[in-house]
Amino acid sequence: MAVLAVFGLPVGSSLTSLWNGSFGTPLGWSRSLVKASPLLLCGLGIGIAWKAGVFNIGGEGQFVVGGLFGGIALAVFRGAPPFVLTVLILLSAAMGGALFAGIASWMHQKRGVSVVISTILLNFVAVQLLLFAVQGPLKQTRDSLPQSETVPEAVRLARLSPQSDLHAGLLIALATLVALIIWNRYSVAAKELALVGSAPRVARANGISAEKIQRRAMAVSGALCGLAAGTEYLGINTVLDQGFSQQFGFLAIPVALMGMLSPAGIAVSSLGFGALYAGSQQMGRFERGGDTVIFVVQAVLVIGLLIANRPRASEASA
Amino acid sequence: MIAIEILRFSVPLALAALGEVVSERAGLINIGLEGIMLSSALVGYAVAASTGRPELGLLAGLIAGVVVAAFQAVLTVGFALDQVVSGVAINLLALGGTSTVYRRQFGALNPSPTLPTLGGLDIGPVLVLLFAVAVGWGLYRTKVGLQMRASGEAPRSLEAIGTSVKQIRWMAALAAGALAGLAGAYLTVGLTQTFVENATAGRGFMAIALVTFGRWKPLWVVLASVLVGGAEVLQYRLQLAGLGVPTPILLLTPYLVALIVLVIAGRGAGAPAMLGRAYENSHG
Repeated sequence: MAVLAVFGLPVGSSLTSLWNGSFGTPLGWSRSLVKASPLLLCGLGIGIAWKAGVFNIGGEGQFVVGGLFGGIALAVFRGAPPFVLTVLILLSAAMGGALFAGIASWMHQKRGVSVVISTILLNFVAVQLLLFAVQGPLKQTRDSLPQSETVPEAVRLARLSPQSDLHAGLLIALATLVALIIWNRYSVAAKELALVGSAPRVARANGISAEKIQRRAMAVSGALCGLAAGTEYLGINTVLDQGFSQQFGFLAIPVALMGMLSPAGIAVSSLGFGALYAGSQQMGRFERGGDTVIFVVQAVLVIGLLIANRPRASEASA
Repeated sequence: MIAIEILRFSVPLALAALGEVVSERAGLINIGLEGIMLSSALVGYAVAASTGRPELGLLAGLIAGVVVAAFQAVLTVGFALDQVVSGVAINLLALGGTSTVYRRQFGALNPSPTLPTLGGLDIGPVLVLLFAVAVGWGLYRTKVGLQMRASGEAPRSLEAIGTSVKQIRWMAALAAGALAGLAGAYLTVGLTQTFVENATAGRGFMAIALVTFGRWKPLWVVLASVLVGGAEVLQYRLQLAGLGVPTPILLLTPYLVALIVLVIAGRGAGAPAMLGRAYENSHG
């Protein structure tokens, strides 16, 4: 509320549209879930990398390249049966994200370049690559609009209800969530990953290869961001164009942080941020600047969380 | 003159990167640099356009830079929070803040007036030269410069001889903020005369990359900035010349150049040992 007031947005009516656009109405709920699913996938991806001590800021680039690979898969496997094509597109999208994340891993491990810096720069590269593709190689042939061919109806992800945009991407995100929760609970690799992130020296002393684990964590991270793009491509956008990325890979960083990097926490925070996103779009329809204010709200929440969880002096110097 | 154009386009990168050198030498990786520049770009433009005085715009941008940097330092120095996470939050705050303010207030503000020039050059490149010398001299020839470098290499030892690491890091953070603020303001006041959403478009991040490339040495960092600034100008020129090279390919050249130089530069020899490590007083 304070944030709204600072920017001179009318607090009362803004909150009403924020509420109606998110949890206040059935349509709002479905809109929130539509935004929450890619945030959940990307957030899980970012979470796993950060947990392993790799500060992947490149979710956005991995998302965009995932979409690009999805588009390429559609063009290459055009003749395949619809369901097979759907699966191939999703797999390609995940692979694209993983490969793009792999560049940052390689730069870090072989050339000593900070992942934070390389992934940020790669985000910009990804966006331009996508633009290049939709203006040239992947451009549709109907008219001069710089966008890719539309995904055929039969290849798209199924709608969960005829009235809303809610699609099977939500189920994919939830399945990934469950898989990660189980993996976290029962696998040794998950424990090793957490150890590499929190106490790299202890991990090394126990013969765990930090490099290998971080490389894999980064690949999974990129794959999940790419998969998120695949579900958006097949479930919502159905074309690739300039507006394909809606900053999901970028917003996933605060989502993962607010979720304390744990899958269950990320599920809760992606729902919260999904609602905030959907609600702020509703707000943006009535008030100029109503939709960009979401970034401020997110930043304030993250900073609040950081301060609340700050390391105490005694721990930090130990 | 293409040389002058290259110099002018290098100014925001070079000033921001010089500030980042100070910050990183003191042990603070200033991920919020992009957000600081973006805030100053808006403030600088707004002040220059509304007062009609571009020099006031630069000054206002500098002050805005110090203010945002101070906020970040409360988190990274005061609370000793994770520097990357804090920086990400600052960037998000600046992106949301500037876009919202811009949409609500500045829908139709006029272009800001240009800076006075002498032989085609305005004050920008002069400032770069001035600050390159000042940062180099300050870091290597003054006591506080030595303390800053010690704060990045061996903060415990610095504290052991009775110097407050936090105080030194605060000074470095604010100095970096002033330079980043000037850089952001020059981008709008000196180069574009207008503000668009996300006006900095990654220049702050690029400046961080340039510091690694320039090996944390002020002069090398400035030269690296001119290289990437040159790539940016080349990209505009080629676009105007209409040689049929697709625009996105041109637009990604500066980022690609930055990535390639990082790969070539390789492992960060010369990086401050405690770069990015939060510091908490041992008797806090």
